[in-house]
Amino acid sequence: MAGTATKPGRKTIDPATAETWRTWLRQMLLIRRFEEKAGEAYSLGKIGGFCHLYIGQEAVAVGTIASLRPDDYITASYREHGQALVRGITPRAVMAELFGKAEGCSGGKGGSMHLFDASLGFLGGHGIVGGHIPLTTGMAFAIKYRGTDQVAICYFGEAAVNNGAFHEALNMAALWKLPAIYICENNRYGMGTALERASAIYDISERACSYDMANEVVDGQDVLAVKAAMDRAVERARDEKLPTLLEVRTYRFMGHSMSDPIHGHYRTKEEVEEQRKRDPIAVWSGRLIADGVMSEEDVKAMDRQVMEEVEDAYRFAEEAPEPEPEALFRDVYAPEES
Amino acid sequence: MPTLTYRDALNQALREEMQRDDRVFLMGEEVGVYQGAYKVSRGLLEEFGARRVVDTPITELGFAGVGVGAAMVGLRPVIEMMTFNFALLAVDQIVNSAAKMRYMSNGQVGVPMVVRGPGGAALQLGAQHSQAFESWYAHIPGLKVVMPATPADAKGLLKSAIRDDNPVIFIEGEMLYNTKGEVPEGEYTIPLGVADIKREGTDVTIVCHSKTVAVALKAAEQLAADGISAEVIDLRTIRPLDTGTVLESVARTHRCVVVEEGWHFAGVGAQVVDTIQREIFDALDAPVLRVTGAEVPMPYNKQLEKLAKADPAKVIAAVRQVLYVD
Repeated sequence: MAGTATKPGRKTIDPATAETWRTWLRQMLLIRRFEEKAGEAYSLGKIGGFCHLYIGQEAVAVGTIASLRPDDYITASYREHGQALVRGITPRAVMAELFGKAEGCSGGKGGSMHLFDASLGFLGGHGIVGGHIPLTTGMAFAIKYRGTDQVAICYFGEAAVNNGAFHEALNMAALWKLPAIYICENNRYGMGTALERASAIYDISERACSYDMANEVVDGQDVLAVKAAMDRAVERARDEKLPTLLEVRTYRFMGHSMSDPIHGHYRTKEEVEEQRKRDPIAVWSGRLIADGVMSEEDVKAMDRQVMEEVEDAYRFAEEAPEPEPEALFRDVYAPEES
Repeated sequence: MPTLTYRDALNQALREEMQRDDRVFLMGEEVGVYQGAYKVSRGLLEEFGARRVVDTPITELGFAGVGVGAAMVGLRPVIEMMTFNFALLAVDQIVNSAAKMRYMSNGQVGVPMVVRGPGGAALQLGAQHSQAFESWYAHIPGLKVVMPATPADAKGLLKSAIRDDNPVIFIEGEMLYNTKGEVPEGEYTIPLGVADIKREGTDVTIVCHSKTVAVALKAAEQLAADGISAEVIDLRTIRPLDTGTVLESVARTHRCVVVEEGWHFAGVGAQVVDTIQREIFDALDAPVLRVTGAEVPMPYNKQLEKLAKADPAKVIAAVRQVLYVD
């Protein structure tokens, strides 16, 4: 197995930890297989519009959401299939949404970029780069206003940190001491523009210094490292009521969206191949095998099970009904009575 | 009935709604310690504290987004824009976040938020501070747009806007804050989407809103001296538009002039005219005319500014034209 993992080779793993670790691998495999299937469905014309895949970044969603409570709030960008699945929106509901079907988690009216499940505190994929970052500040404001101990977290790419919404949102979160965690998934490219060509400073985490905000850089291909950093951020938010900027260094193995080739104008085949050596799933399954938590056979069996779940989601999405025409005008405004 | 300024009527509405519902809070630039750039929030910080009257940095996009996020999880923010000229910076949050959240989420997540503050021109504030943007917001499905012209309407409509479960754009007027009018004592609300006949008449209908209500009333008064009876309809809410009241009136008078402060092209009046010609074409005895702001950025010079604005003389000229009296 390629890559490295945090402190590999520990000998005694208690059963509960082992179970959690296996769950993380399963979640990462689910994202990977789901996204591969989504890419296939897109090529077949079953998914329309834009479709941004999460392949390569799986450890970020898994490691961060593992630290959360069910009543915490999550807001994400348009590359949010992974976070939605890990948070617990079913593969069926996500795939049906990508297919634009009535059984989708947004009734087929949101699409790939606008996945919602309010019952899980999953408050959207959002389509304008950086535009959703202030929403998280607002959710954290509401938490403080009510005096509860939830945490509001936000996922965005490194390209978003150059726009005003990021700056305005983080400044207020630090100024008002809000329980927010801003997770920058630094996958090196904003569409086709490399970080170095867009940002005057290389270390995104340093941006937090402008707001006197706690910050950390973490290896996003190592789920255990991500989880540990997120634990620290969540503790800071929940107990100390302070925000964090967490820069998670990761890599997108696929193109920006389905219309963008994996390599070409802005990055080389060699670069992608080099990065693939640190595939987060290979890194983590390697660690679990080295630690004796799973055998290679166990991993393969888990993968087969996940693939079956994804196939089931695909069939479900294909067979699910289209939204009825009346849905067109529904939910533009709130019902009159309320 | 007690007489109040428009400013104090808004202040009463905010105070009453904040007393009534702990989820309601006021956020914006200078709303607290400074008591409001136009003193609409006077005394609220002292009564409700800094938890509920929140001074922000100058960051319209940011605090509009904070309002949307807070509303998404159950609070009822009132976001004050020092003026709607500055709210241009927040349009992404208003249009892309607030207006679409309920729809994109298939009804799961609403945004019960009011964005309020003065819009349009005052006096000699120049091009960047003198713009009427109601037609921009009214264009967006998912938003409601409210523009009261009198103190009584301001209070009753703001209370309804705060209780509404949708994002409501509530545009006041810097030139209206000092105007006085009778305001009913005690609890009352005015429903959104209901126009008000501010003056009854039989010969022509003048449709207007916000600051142009006073313009239209002055014109109607002068027209009366010439024996022309003008009915003045204050739309009060731009979206949803009370087409019923407008159509009923024009069906009686057969002639109509639509007045607004904003620019002519794709303005609110264009929507009113569309409705009239489509619904009661046969009732019209003349084409519907519009009186609007001139199609220019607002000049600073006092005389040029006056020329750019809708005024009673322009309304009278349009009325005489639709009546074919000149």
